[in-house]
Amino acid sequence: MDYLLEVKNLRVELEDRLILEDVSFGLRSSEIHVLFGPNGSGKTSLISAIAGLPGYRIVSGRIIFMGEDITGKSVEERARLGIGVGFQTPPEVTGVKLVDLLKLCLGKGSEDEFSAEEIRLIEHFRLQGFLNREVNVGFSGGERKRAEILQLLFLKPKVMLLDEPDSGVDVESLKIIAGEIQRYIESSGASALVVTHKGDILDYIKAKYGCVLLNGKLYCFTNPKRVYEDIKREGYEGCIKCQMKGEEKW
Amino acid sequence: MEAYGVGVAREEERAGTFFHVDQSTLYSSVNELFKGKIELMDIREALQRYEWLSDYMWNAIQESSDFFTKKVAEDLSGGYFLRILPGAEVLFPLQSCLMITQEGMEQRIHNIIIAEENSKAHLITSCLQHSAVGKATHIGVTEVYVKRGAYLNSTMVHQWGDETVVRPRSASIIEEDGTFVSNYICLRPVMDVQMYPVAYCRGKGSKVIFNSILYGHRGSFIDAGSKAVLDGSESRAEMISRAVTREGSKIIVRGSIEGNGRECRGHLECKGLILDDESFIQSIPELIARSKSVEITHEAAIGRISEKEILYLMTRKLSKEQATSLIVRGFMDASIMGLPEALTAEISRIIEIATKS
Repeated sequence: MDYLLEVKNLRVELEDRLILEDVSFGLRSSEIHVLFGPNGSGKTSLISAIAGLPGYRIVSGRIIFMGEDITGKSVEERARLGIGVGFQTPPEVTGVKLVDLLKLCLGKGSEDEFSAEEIRLIEHFRLQGFLNREVNVGFSGGERKRAEILQLLFLKPKVMLLDEPDSGVDVESLKIIAGEIQRYIESSGASALVVTHKGDILDYIKAKYGCVLLNGKLYCFTNPKRVYEDIKREGYEGCIKCQMKGEEKW
Repeated sequence: MEAYGVGVAREEERAGTFFHVDQSTLYSSVNELFKGKIELMDIREALQRYEWLSDYMWNAIQESSDFFTKKVAEDLSGGYFLRILPGAEVLFPLQSCLMITQEGMEQRIHNIIIAEENSKAHLITSCLQHSAVGKATHIGVTEVYVKRGAYLNSTMVHQWGDETVVRPRSASIIEEDGTFVSNYICLRPVMDVQMYPVAYCRGKGSKVIFNSILYGHRGSFIDAGSKAVLDGSESRAEMISRAVTREGSKIIVRGSIEGNGRECRGHLECKGLILDDESFIQSIPELIARSKSVEITHEAAIGRISEKEILYLMTRKLSKEQATSLIVRGFMDASIMGLPEALTAEISRIIEIATKS
């Protein structure tokens, strides 16, 4: 089956420093990959490079999205094509109300109303009291993450790149966030790359692969929960060695 | 008549409609609905009818103040007298239109507003210019008297042309427990605006709030300040301004709070956005205290739009231009003006149109 998103031998520099040496992987429709890796290993850089954020210079390699080479496309073009990014620390956008941004994500005008299903999701994310507040201004960690994932769901992307959607989030919020991500992946056929440090999220999403990013290289294995257990027991490097004895996907 | 449709849409929702076209008053009517609550008439007619009104004429502001006030004193084009009667509540805006329709004309206006004791009103003034008119000058003297316990919220929306010189000269006197909110919105390109309204908080517990939203584009020059003189004990002043400059425009935001009375308080806040290297923005705050019980604060910040915010919005399918205008629009937040909901929405709509074009 064809990949929705395919990354081929990606080599990326940030401020003249080599961050990703040689990264390859592919996401098929309805698949979730979970990405582990120590701090500073380049997880955020990988997401940023795929999203096309400036500063991340692609030295070599290609990013293919739905059969099209998007390596040279702008952030906005990639977003329009269906690449959705959930930031680890979304910025405060002073003066812009959450309600207006949500409507923009849905492609609605400021006068348009939310549908019943959209209202259900807003309430499920417990954000109805935040609609008229400025985006992320004074939001707690969990509120920011809920607002971030809700925007993404409204954007209806084909591929979701989620940078630590579970960090700084309480158990209940994690259930809501991860549950809705899983529901969206199942119902839309979209796929997701989820960066995480914790295994809890694996209880709510059905991840197909567990990947480890270490020293600029990516290793993906078929059992994410075992990958996480190995990391806890053996460390990142030990996990890769241990898993390599089994089957490596990329 | 409605260039941007300033004020509320329905005629019956206006307390009074007054159109001052060129130098002659064509139309003045008081809506039946608000009879007994307000009085609105031509200033010359009002001066003939009420002898006491001469005590208010050139009282808050001196006719010898400057070149422009002298001009108005010498040769008056017209103006209005508006009186909100004691205890009356005019919750819907009064709309007065001052319009220029002739090329090269100089409009000299003198207005007097009296908010009588315990009255409450929202006033919207829209100054506009016919699109075919090029060069013109507008000099407007406005004296505002807010009596004991009264609340007056006055919003001025300027929609001049880019060859117009504008010199508003306003002053207000606020009595005990009275509140005067003065909002100024300038969104269309204008050649040259210079204004520095002064509020004298004379009464105990009197309060003045100056808010301004200034959008300088296409080479506009806007020098807009405000001054509050806090003479009354426990009097208050608040000044909030949002200024955006682009396309070679200049904006100077001045603000002065003078604390003379006991326990008076003041706060001045200026936020500016500069969008290109051809533009200019300057904030000049001035805080003066004449009693140890006075507390006056000030905060100012001028900057550009954060690249991070733009990129964030671009990941939400917005183009760079759309992201910029969304942030600029949000920056010029109409909700700082303390207006009723319908009016805030209307002003927001005007801001949206102005920043899109």
